[in-house]
Amino acid sequence: MSWLLPALVAAPLLGAALTLVLGRRLVPQRIVTLSIVGGTAAGAIALLLHVDDAGPVTAQMGGWPAPFGITLIADRFSAIVLSVSTLMLAAVLVYAMAQLGRDAIDWWFHTKYLTLTAGVTLSLLTGDLFNLFVGFEVMLVSSYVLLTVRSTQREIRSTMSYVVINLLASALFLVTIAFTYGISGTMNLADLSIRLAEVDPAASQTLSLLMLVVFGIKAALFPLFMWLPDSYPTAPTPVTAIFAGLLTKVGVFVIIRTQTLLFPADEPSGLLLFIAGATMTVGVLGAIAQNDVKRILSFHIVSQIGYMIMGLGLLSIAGLAAAVLYITHHIIVKTGLFLVAGVVEAEYGTGGLDRTGGLLHRRPVVAALFLPLALSLAGIPPFSGFVAKLALVQEGLALGQGAIVAVSLAVSVLTLFSMTKIWGATFWGEEKESSGRAGRAELATTGVVLALSLAVAATAGPLGELSLRAATDLMDPSVYVSAVLGGN
Amino acid sequence: MNLITLTVVSILFGAGTLLLLQRSLAKIIIGLGLISHGANLFIMLSSTGSGGPPVLAEGVDASSVADPLPQAMVLTAIVITFGVTAFLLALALRSYLLTGSDEVEDDLEDRRIARHEVEHR
Repeated sequence: MSWLLPALVAAPLLGAALTLVLGRRLVPQRIVTLSIVGGTAAGAIALLLHVDDAGPVTAQMGGWPAPFGITLIADRFSAIVLSVSTLMLAAVLVYAMAQLGRDAIDWWFHTKYLTLTAGVTLSLLTGDLFNLFVGFEVMLVSSYVLLTVRSTQREIRSTMSYVVINLLASALFLVTIAFTYGISGTMNLADLSIRLAEVDPAASQTLSLLMLVVFGIKAALFPLFMWLPDSYPTAPTPVTAIFAGLLTKVGVFVIIRTQTLLFPADEPSGLLLFIAGATMTVGVLGAIAQNDVKRILSFHIVSQIGYMIMGLGLLSIAGLAAAVLYITHHIIVKTGLFLVAGVVEAEYGTGGLDRTGGLLHRRPVVAALFLPLALSLAGIPPFSGFVAKLALVQEGLALGQGAIVAVSLAVSVLTLFSMTKIWGATFWGEEKESSGRAGRAELATTGVVLALSLAVAATAGPLGELSLRAATDLMDPSVYVSAVLGGN
Repeated sequence: MNLITLTVVSILFGAGTLLLLQRSLAKIIIGLGLISHGANLFIMLSSTGSGGPPVLAEGVDASSVADPLPQAMVLTAIVITFGVTAFLLALALRSYLLTGSDEVEDDLEDRRIARHEVEHR
């Protein structure tokens, strides 16, 4: 299976080159992009099944043995996140193709989308700190271009702050890399895990905090989230949807990976729980103050990141399992909600709450798509968000972390409140003038994403057990280390 | 040698941060460039045996060999930063063409809040 790891990164890159060669010929471009992104998703799922069965898969690039060359590795955690991410990439691609020609999505979109896919898979699969930097940059550069497709004044302004803050984060990442290399003399994460256990605790704590800041900017943690609600809503719907679903979650993935692998601990971390609570609260309060569908949803991304960090902050097997489950649920639901927001914009030409209304009567199908996703985001049973939140709350109470549990429940109520705000203004109320009509393909794709989210709820039992197994591996760094370095 | 490099790194970071806090886009971009240079120099500081060739031949003392890995990393980082800075310059040019000024615009929310305050005073 180890050939599959480099293939998952290389295929989208080769595809990107191929789409450039194909130029403006749309049909072959669509075939190439769809088959490669679909193939990546299929490969990721095959990888997940194999990894769950037989343990982590590794590939040593260039044939150099482990700590010297670049290692690619898939364990249960990365395989789960990879599968969900690539499935969403495929779904949003179909949605984007249905929108082609509108919203400034044009033939070159495919190339950028494929490099974005490669960046995401590389960031999730790499076992090397510097290679992770490269993966991040591939992902970010694609995202810069995708955010500015229309080059309007509004987009330029919001993308400018996004690029500047990410460039600064990259410089900080380089500083972190320099520190890490200076202290340990290695870039391989598994090797680092062994060597950092032997260095001065003060030094490793500094590194831990530096990494938290660097990846916290990418993951939009409190207080480093300001760029997100500013830059996401202006982009075309498919772009916003995939960014909302994936990019910050890759940051969360790396935070969980580095904190558990490099700085193992086994009791709740007060700092992480505080950050989690603050992220949740500030995000949801920001959402309540907004009156545009996409802006509300963007603030909710920030708020939801808090729940994942809460699972990490508990630093127990069940807590991490809940975080894994939450990431799975969130990637799907958030993408779905933004796709619905895109449909609303297609109907009214805007997502402003004061200029939409009465959609329930005119397009009941859109309401039927929105309601389960919104309730799932707020954590209402029997939807997927409920399962994930229940796991978090149970483990929080079991560990005696009452404060963060109380905050998380209060934030859920506020989430429900801001979802009813969208519902009340867009779906109820008097009918407002509409400017267009969303196509069938867009609605169908959103329906598929909704079905996936319902599937997460329906298979919560087996998925929960899979997350538990993934979390058990995460809490025991030796699994990862011996998979990469072999033996001992 | 290391102390001099370290001083240069801190000056680069300081000057870069100062420029980053300006309102002119050109200054912000130059500031980011300085910070990236500081970070790259800093990676070079983490390598050992500077000055020697990065070749471990027979009869060469291992401690005098320069570590090639940080050099490779810096090279990669320079290329990436170069590309992103070029993109940022293009964005700044576009912004200048659209607005006619090189300044970072006010945040929409900020402006709304300021207006709200004036109206309700």
